[in-house]
Amino acid sequence: MQNISYLTENFGKYDVFSIDSYINIGGFQSLRKAVTMDGDDIATILSDAKIKGRGGAEYPMGRKWSQARAVKRPHHCVVCNADEGETCTFKDRELITNDSFNLIEAMIIAGWAVNAEDGYIYMRAEYSHLRPRILNAIKQAEDRGFLGKNILGTNWNYKIHLYSGAGAYVCGEGTALIRSIEGKAGRPRMKPPFMKQSGLFTRPTCINNVESLSLVPHLLRDSTPYLQVGTKESTGTKLVSVGGNVNKPGVYEIAFGTTVREIIYGLAGGIQGNRKIRLIQFGGASGKISDARILDIPYSYEAFAANNLIIGSGSVLVIDERTSVIDFLRYTQDFFLHESCGQCTPCREGNRHIRIFLEKIKNGTYTDEDIQTMKTFAKVMPMSSLCGLGETAQNALKSAFNIFPEVFASRKQTEAVG
Amino acid sequence: MIEDSSKFELTDELKIKIDKILDDHHHDFTQIVGVLIDVQDEIPQHYIPKVVAFYIAEKLPLKLSVIYDCITFYDALSEKPRGRYPIEICDSIACKVNNNEFLLGALKDLLGIDFGTVTYDGRFTIEKVSCFGACDRAPAVRINKIVYGPLKTKEQVRSLLEQFV
Ligand SMILES: Cc1cc2nc3c(=O)[nH]c(=O)nc-3n(C[C@H](O)[C@H](O)[C@H](O)COP(=O)(O)O)c2cc1C
Ligand code: SF4
Ligand code: FES
Repeated sequence: MQNISYLTENFGKYDVFSIDSYINIGGFQSLRKAVTMDGDDIATILSDAKIKGRGGAEYPMGRKWSQARAVKRPHHCVVCNADEGETCTFKDRELITNDSFNLIEAMIIAGWAVNAEDGYIYMRAEYSHLRPRILNAIKQAEDRGFLGKNILGTNWNYKIHLYSGAGAYVCGEGTALIRSIEGKAGRPRMKPPFMKQSGLFTRPTCINNVESLSLVPHLLRDSTPYLQVGTKESTGTKLVSVGGNVNKPGVYEIAFGTTVREIIYGLAGGIQGNRKIRLIQFGGASGKISDARILDIPYSYEAFAANNLIIGSGSVLVIDERTSVIDFLRYTQDFFLHESCGQCTPCREGNRHIRIFLEKIKNGTYTDEDIQTMKTFAKVMPMSSLCGLGETAQNALKSAFNIFPEVFASRKQTEAVG
Repeated sequence: MIEDSSKFELTDELKIKIDKILDDHHHDFTQIVGVLIDVQDEIPQHYIPKVVAFYIAEKLPLKLSVIYDCITFYDALSEKPRGRYPIEICDSIACKVNNNEFLLGALKDLLGIDFGTVTYDGRFTIEKVSCFGACDRAPAVRINKIVYGPLKTKEQVRSLLEQFV
């Protein structure tokens, strides 16, 4: 299997506390190039590379940037979402740890492209040990004139601010995140107004994930190696966070089109104790699940969509036969029950009731009516919840209905068999 | 016994530290979450006592209700005193399927406490938290910002605890 390092090219190549060592490996060349370009042309590069947001919602990044540019209101800002709250997702941690200057360069390019005055990095409190390296990178970039007033003689002023989360998964959701930066509790709000028109401090806001942003300096430097790999609809590479019951959990960069089997058995070293796979969840707690039947499909947006899966945050959680499907669902449900902000009824109560039904299934005390009600709740929650948390909380359960129908078998049948 | 937070004494020394934190955050009320996290780090029992919340509300200034909305909303902030070394054990899926139950049992056993209580010497509390992004080190704990894992044997847990005196 071919090893690829496009986005991870700089890892280990420079001292992340020294701007000089970053400049020595070509750092800030992309920014120098960017400031000679029109923002629309930069957005076109992203669209040509078919980049979909890496935070989970998979929104086309080039389109997001050109839409942000088109908003005529003043005082634009850029937000970097470093909340990384999805379970089994830790790729942004690796990008910040090993390539902090690249992220700062990306934030500056984003600011230039959408005519922003400020950039905000919102990083989860759990990564607070990484704050010094980001603050240092900002400071050194200011000292060298890459940030601040009249950047690279362009007459353009731009600052970057670092804000901390405080242990709330829901704050990864855009409107909750901006409220958290504004100094409030991070409860999501209704859209519209959309972020691009009225986001942080009611300013036009362009929000992207760490990995999405980190791609930008690389693409401006040389997009050819990126464009040459991948599949028809999924160009380039992706970071996957592989965890659970694998022998070598970790973050790996793969070309789109690599099979799931290669990821799990090649890169991640197979399953602990050579056990069988019970299930695989892709895209974090809000992602969907399948079992070993999908091992040979390529890791790509189109193949995943065809198999009722999502790439989402890029996590690959592998669970072996020691854990039952129902236990997995209970654990996932506990997560959402805990993380729901409780502001709207379908999500707050839906999560609670589904947890009760799952408990009944586990104990064998459920009725056929319980299963029906649970299915109805799982269908209604996405339609009636205010934010993405309530909309996606039942993704795992709904895919389990398809993949593991036996878990939800009718009582009459199970009693006949038992 | 968990100490009553009303008995907490706001010393001049702590006031100076809090003033410094407020300065570092430019007295910007939008940075309240960051301010509270930094202040909590300065308090040995890692929580925000009432007197401290009042002090910040007055100094920043910001409505007390906003401060308490934040303290109660965000899991990383606490109203209740914790151990000097709060042990945050990850209770999310990657740690669960790597037997975090064993780890939890070992911790409870070695420390003789359950959730919500502090060891007699005030050193430790055990708290369940959601995934903190160390899933490649599952099962993991986090103590004062540092991640330890994977922790698979009682011996590993014991020698970890012995580091904190
Ligand atoms: C409940 C919830 C949690 C989210 N958590 C994150 C997160 O931790 N990191 C992230 O980048 N995006 C997260 N998102 C997605 C963001 O709302 C947003 O789509 C993303 O940051 C946009 O950047 P992208 O287009 O580059 O992916 C979350 C969404 C929801 C609904
Ligand atoms: S869907 Fe859930 S998390 Fe989102 S606003 Fe409603 S209660 Fe809060
Ligand atoms: S699941 Fe335990 S750190 Fe992520």
